[in-house]
Amino acid sequence: MLSRTADHLYWLARFTERAENLARLLDVTHQMSLVPQSVAAENQNWGAILALNSLEDAFAKSYAEVNAENVLRFMVSDPDNQTSIYSCLRAARENAHAVRGTLTAETWESCNATWIELREQKFEQILSAGVGEFFEWVKLRSAVTRGVTFGTMLQDDALHFIRLGGLLERGDNTARILDVKYHVLNTNGDEGTTDFYQWGALLRSLSAFEVYRKVYRDLITPARVAELLMLRQDMPRSLLACSSGIVRVLKAITNAQSSETERRAGMLHAHLHFTRIDDVLAQGLHEYLTDFMDRIYDLGDGISRDFLVPAT
Amino acid sequence: MDNQINCTAAEIMSKPFFNEMYDEAGTLRPHYNAYADWLAGTPSERIARKRAEADIAFHRVGITFAVYGDESTQDQGKERLIPFDIIPRIIPAVDWLALQAGLRQRVKALNAFLHDIYHDQEILRAGHIPREQVLNNAQFRPEMMGIDVPAGIYAHIAGVDLVRAGAGEFYVLEDNLRVPSGVSYMIEDRKMMMRLFPELFSRHKIAPVQHYPDMLLENLRTVAPQGVVDPTVVLLTPGAYNSAYFEHTFLAQQMGIELVEGRDLFVKDDIVYMRTTQGPQRVDVIYRRLDDDFLDPLAFRKDSMLGVPGLLSAYRAGHVTLANAIGTGVADDKSIYPYVPDMVRFYLGEESLLNNVPTFMLRKPDDLKYALDHLPELVVKEVHGAGGYGMLVGPASTSQEIENFRARIIAEPEKYIAQPTLALSNCPTFVESGIAARHLDLRPFVLSGKSIDMVPGGLTRVALREASLVVNSSQGGGTKDTWVLEN
Repeated sequence: MLSRTADHLYWLARFTERAENLARLLDVTHQMSLVPQSVAAENQNWGAILALNSLEDAFAKSYAEVNAENVLRFMVSDPDNQTSIYSCLRAARENAHAVRGTLTAETWESCNATWIELREQKFEQILSAGVGEFFEWVKLRSAVTRGVTFGTMLQDDALHFIRLGGLLERGDNTARILDVKYHVLNTNGDEGTTDFYQWGALLRSLSAFEVYRKVYRDLITPARVAELLMLRQDMPRSLLACSSGIVRVLKAITNAQSSETERRAGMLHAHLHFTRIDDVLAQGLHEYLTDFMDRIYDLGDGISRDFLVPAT
Repeated sequence: MDNQINCTAAEIMSKPFFNEMYDEAGTLRPHYNAYADWLAGTPSERIARKRAEADIAFHRVGITFAVYGDESTQDQGKERLIPFDIIPRIIPAVDWLALQAGLRQRVKALNAFLHDIYHDQEILRAGHIPREQVLNNAQFRPEMMGIDVPAGIYAHIAGVDLVRAGAGEFYVLEDNLRVPSGVSYMIEDRKMMMRLFPELFSRHKIAPVQHYPDMLLENLRTVAPQGVVDPTVVLLTPGAYNSAYFEHTFLAQQMGIELVEGRDLFVKDDIVYMRTTQGPQRVDVIYRRLDDDFLDPLAFRKDSMLGVPGLLSAYRAGHVTLANAIGTGVADDKSIYPYVPDMVRFYLGEESLLNNVPTFMLRKPDDLKYALDHLPELVVKEVHGAGGYGMLVGPASTSQEIENFRARIIAEPEKYIAQPTLALSNCPTFVESGIAARHLDLRPFVLSGKSIDMVPGGLTRVALREASLVVNSSQGGGTKDTWVLEN
């Protein structure tokens, strides 16, 4: 398939997934902010979202104070912020439009409808209706687009590149959410008491609350949450599940120059596959997740070079 | 969709027009009998509902002609529809057979002309067309001299604009031999009509048109460079912001070929490749929807970001076929148009079956004198102008406008041609106030390869504004399904 077409499909999936996970991250932050805490602590949580995406400077250009409303406005509706939900869904739609002939009518119409509906929602309306409702809408639209894509598209290279983009982005985003929240919640160290509601909110934001219950049938502990979101093959948003998916897709689209990228994906997968959560925590969760995100970034580079923007 | 049909309100009021559905006595023409019966027997609520359904369906599918405005406008992401009228334009088989023969003959002669002027230029040597009219024409491409293109075909796809005037005789208004568009609307209009009113298709024997993409693909494959067994055909588009982008995606998808932009292709050692996820893949035939000027920044416009550096060189080496060929514009230019009947005579030894609109070439003293004496009745066009730019419509102009234009003609007569104002035919059409007569034209799409083929009919465009003769989509023109009835 044309490299440019593959590129658009890959980024269509990445931006759609990114918008969804951004909604998840903002949603959990919003929910956590509903329990009693100091204003300073709350604002620190909102600030952490900016730090996670290295957006402190961009934010400071337009906003005086880090608080819930400003960060929400910046991350939800600000067209100048390339990482806002608004910008992500616009980029997803633009990528879809560029290759609409490759997509099924349903997939294209779903992306287009999401964008048209988003443009009609002003931030003030979103705020007054409750941001939770908006985040639900983003997740639902993402689910619809994913559903019609996997339910209607021919299972060929086009679908492989959509899958690849989605997996890469999802792995990265799960790592980010876990990274930023784990330390906020786990200030007492692994032995301390845990707040059921806070951890519950984190799990729910990743659609993992019921999954946790089913898998562990026990109290929520930070170590298990980390294990579930990182090392469980059967948890669809876990780092391990994403990395094994990446290995599979790369195998399906392999070409003359992609062996190094495949090797690195395999290494990443093996690393996650044979790691125990105790070792991760001993090494330092933040360090482990940072390393994971770097490797995902590196894979993205390799995929781009091998398939999407090949040198002549 | 860039030509304009010139006439005026005054003309329409003062002249009788040929009506496609009724004769002068107001009697239904026989080929409209069954349709009129059906229309009379169908409740108006159902018609209204179906018209609304058509609008929604066209919106959903995104059958549009203008893609976006810029980022800042409210229109971004909203796509304008070309209005679709549910009253078909019906052509009896006998009329179509005559048109088809005429179109075959005309396109054959035009291809012969293109081959000739890029080789031995016999028609110039025989003195049928003044040399400078061809050789000094901006659309003449010296780069094409002596190049042998597969099967000698230059205009693989021609969109010949026809109008009906007078007592119903057809005239060729323009031969579009560069990158004619509109065929996707022809197909979508038919699909829509069959979806809305399937019963009409059991009442009539209507020649099908939806196999056009198959014919086009077959045609493109037959003109691949010699020796290529299973040619790779691609469609080259200027990109998503081109007004005809919908059609480009539509045709590529229907033919199952890659839709490429210039940046997807590259040339190495005079071979064209596309960049794919499996490495470079050789390309043999390019159905290009990009103008000559933009094809190759090394050969034509240096600032073109849309083209492929080195494409001309690969083409000259015979390693890739371009459809249409480079340099076809010299044959559909307004200054060459008057000579098409001469081409038919010269190359085929036949008389032209299709009428040309009588054209005065103002570089000729006699024609100039006549035109200057009759400006209020004439349409005067710039030879190289397009889209109605730089044009005088005599009957619609004030005497001041005519005098201003007269001065321009006298200063540079060779820049202009003049034609009588045509009384275009009309056809009943749904408008806000009900059904009223509106003017129309017809663009059949003629495919030349090993043979010359076309699907019956073509795209009918209709001017929706009262008394307007402008059928351009950008000027509020709409389309109708075109039915050629089989015997």
